[in-house]
Amino acid sequence: MSSHAHAAHAMPHAPTGFISKYIFSTDHKVIGIQYYLLALTAVMVGIVLSLLMRFHLVWPGAHLPFVVGGIMTPEQYASLVTMHGTIMVFFVLTTAPQGGFGNYFLPIQIGAADMAFPRLNMLSFWVTFLAFVCIVAAFFVPGGAPLSGWTGYAPLSALNGVTGPGEGWGQTMWIFSIALFCLGALLGALNFIATTIDLRAPGMTLFRMPLTCWGWFVTAILGLLAFGVLLAGGILLLLDRSAGTSFFIPAGVVVNDQVQNHSGGSPLLWQHLFWFFGHPEVYIAILPGMGVASHVLSTFSRKPVFGYRAMAMAICAIGFLGFMVWGHHMFVSGMSPYSGFAFSVLTMSIGVPSAIKTFNWLGTVWGGKIQLHTPMLFALGFVSLFVSGGLSGLFLAQPAVDNLLHGTYYVVAHFHLVMGVAAIFGIFAATYFWFPKMFGRMMSEPLGKLHFWITFAGAYCIFMPMHFIGIAGGIRRYADYTAVTYLPPLQPLHKFITIAAFITGAAQLVFLWNFFWSLKFGEKASINPWNATTLEWTTASPPPLDNFAGNYPSVYRGPYEFSVPGAASDFIMQDLAPEAVARAK
Amino acid sequence: MRIRKRNSGSAAAAALLALLIVIMVVATVYVFVTRPPWSVPPDPITSVGAAVDHQYQLTLYVTGVVFVLSQLGLAYAIFRFRDRGQKAHFTRGNNTMEVLWTSATIILFIGLGLLGRKAWADVRFTEAPPDAIQVEVTTNQFVFNFRYPGADGKFGRLDPKLISASTGNALGLDPSDPAGADDIVFPTLTVPVNREVDLQIKSQDVIHNFFVRELRLQQDAVPGMVIPLHFTANTIGQYEIVCTQLCGLGHYRMRSVMNVVSDSDYQKFLKEQAPPASGQ
Repeated sequence: MSSHAHAAHAMPHAPTGFISKYIFSTDHKVIGIQYYLLALTAVMVGIVLSLLMRFHLVWPGAHLPFVVGGIMTPEQYASLVTMHGTIMVFFVLTTAPQGGFGNYFLPIQIGAADMAFPRLNMLSFWVTFLAFVCIVAAFFVPGGAPLSGWTGYAPLSALNGVTGPGEGWGQTMWIFSIALFCLGALLGALNFIATTIDLRAPGMTLFRMPLTCWGWFVTAILGLLAFGVLLAGGILLLLDRSAGTSFFIPAGVVVNDQVQNHSGGSPLLWQHLFWFFGHPEVYIAILPGMGVASHVLSTFSRKPVFGYRAMAMAICAIGFLGFMVWGHHMFVSGMSPYSGFAFSVLTMSIGVPSAIKTFNWLGTVWGGKIQLHTPMLFALGFVSLFVSGGLSGLFLAQPAVDNLLHGTYYVVAHFHLVMGVAAIFGIFAATYFWFPKMFGRMMSEPLGKLHFWITFAGAYCIFMPMHFIGIAGGIRRYADYTAVTYLPPLQPLHKFITIAAFITGAAQLVFLWNFFWSLKFGEKASINPWNATTLEWTTASPPPLDNFAGNYPSVYRGPYEFSVPGAASDFIMQDLAPEAVARAK
Repeated sequence: MRIRKRNSGSAAAAALLALLIVIMVVATVYVFVTRPPWSVPPDPITSVGAAVDHQYQLTLYVTGVVFVLSQLGLAYAIFRFRDRGQKAHFTRGNNTMEVLWTSATIILFIGLGLLGRKAWADVRFTEAPPDAIQVEVTTNQFVFNFRYPGADGKFGRLDPKLISASTGNALGLDPSDPAGADDIVFPTLTVPVNREVDLQIKSQDVIHNFFVRELRLQQDAVPGMVIPLHFTANTIGQYEIVCTQLCGLGHYRMRSVMNVVSDSDYQKFLKEQAPPASGQ
């Protein structure tokens, strides 16, 4: 074992003051909870923004809460589109699975006392927090929030203040926020990688790691390679706006009859930089969810993960291929059509490891003894949603078909199912699964199940019909459907979706109630309430400061030893010595 | 170790989840099969559009089979293998099956991608023939303008400094260039049926997009670039042109129409719109 591990194990005394214990804590568990609560705050903001948009789409004249002036203007709608996307992608889908659960459970699952760099970990969180403050502040600066979408395409985003309201201060705050987020994510990624490589307990080989750890590890590598590129892109964009450079602005751009004083830049350069980050980002959001789904499916099927090695390798393959497909966002951008075709074939090939994962999930539950606790329901929901959302990607991956579907609600439906809802089902599965470990109490099962039924049915009611709106030609990011004459016939479908969205949104209140009620009044959790096998279930709920109270585990086997023939019980802990297993027989 | 209550595998929960998945699959397949008008685009008006639709259908069959089998497989497993106190069947996996489904998806998915090449290559890897009708498409916040070269077949020079929407020179036509004297600038697109049209797509300010669903074609308009797009419309009619790229607060109202007309109507259109100075 490396010296790092020993250093981390030699934990000094526990901090006693409130601030050092809960605010500026270097304990990965506290930081994990901080990330989780940040994501919980962000997701509430994001949901409110989406509900405002959904309401406006079908009742455009209605007075709305939180909307300046009462009735939403087109620029306000576009800024909600932008802020919803930005907040959800960065502060929810990246923050909760990796920053939240990854932080809390990676060290425990590999048998470490903390992350490799606890102070860096604290810094990552607070930089991320600052990024969130910046993005929320964008609502309140002169001109309001930016309206260039979460993709911030130049030159709409690159010309300071002239291309629309929100493109002045609002867009600048957006860039600050994204740059800070990148910084926090880079530091976090370094920490995750170092921790996984250096701090594994004796016997915890890479192929004995739970698939959750594989998910976090590969996600961290993706983050390290992707966020740096976005950070660079963000800085260049800021320079174009404030220092008169022209990285993304060509000559001869005219806004409101005024020739802009720029020349030599390329709008496509921004798209390449953005999507070089943006596509791996999709996997940053979903890989931890895949890990959690595998973990939970195995535990509650009481079966080993089907094809564990294939699953781990598929995560690596998705991570690797994830860097070679960004151009599929740019088929109709003006990029060379030959590049488009190459990106298309590469994109189709990423369907292969995704399909491997799906078949192995089915193989895991097949022949099992399926216990439908709430985390299991969400994990099964994850599989269903991932299949639905993933398959629609095979249409978009083909440039010819993308000619019809690009920029429509079909795309919105596709990515919401596969990286939005599926990833959030991963987060919910993780929440219900690990809540007992994190807070020492069980969440309510009846409330959890109610939450699941409405959310699962609701998610499909929202996003399945949305595909059809897109196929019929419904364009996304339109504040109003009256200008284009073929759009009004699609309105009844929009109305159905909006109603489903409000019901599904309301169901999330059940979750919030369950979460906070259970913190205080939930049934006390034992060390291992789910009869699971991995190291976090060998220590107290919640774990002590150094995770194992000085009893650092050694690992003797893989993470999913369920229903092993001849064993005394239907699960064998990873740290149970072979002699003990033999004795129990 | 605490023994949990045996309610976790209740048949009701397993049946409900399986049922929800089955309902979702049936409803989805039903819409794709019955094709109600709100779920499909109008028929294509180009042969390339028909090729796109063919590739779309092919993809629908392949993904449809995978979708139905995996969702129903999941639903079946949830119900069939619910906890009834049985012992789980122990297995760590099956290498033969891994190899089998990996090869199957490689052939299926990558094969599909390669088959999709034609509908893309037909329009994007080729250039329009030299006798194609030339139209320049210029976009800005939040309008389309279409320019025809006029009788001389030459587009006049443009100067961004001369752009002035208020005085009617939306494109910045340079009056000192004689080639521009007969250029026609019009807010809608009119093209003759069954003739190859060669669009040159440009933007003055931010990124916009030219999309006609009946053409099954769209192309971003990018400042600093002139991007070609060619097609031959085979059905007379009026079709909407919309912008699919978020371009600012007026994105939703950035639209125009494309009139596909007979050859004689097209000639009439050119004659009527020709600027008086061009002597026609």
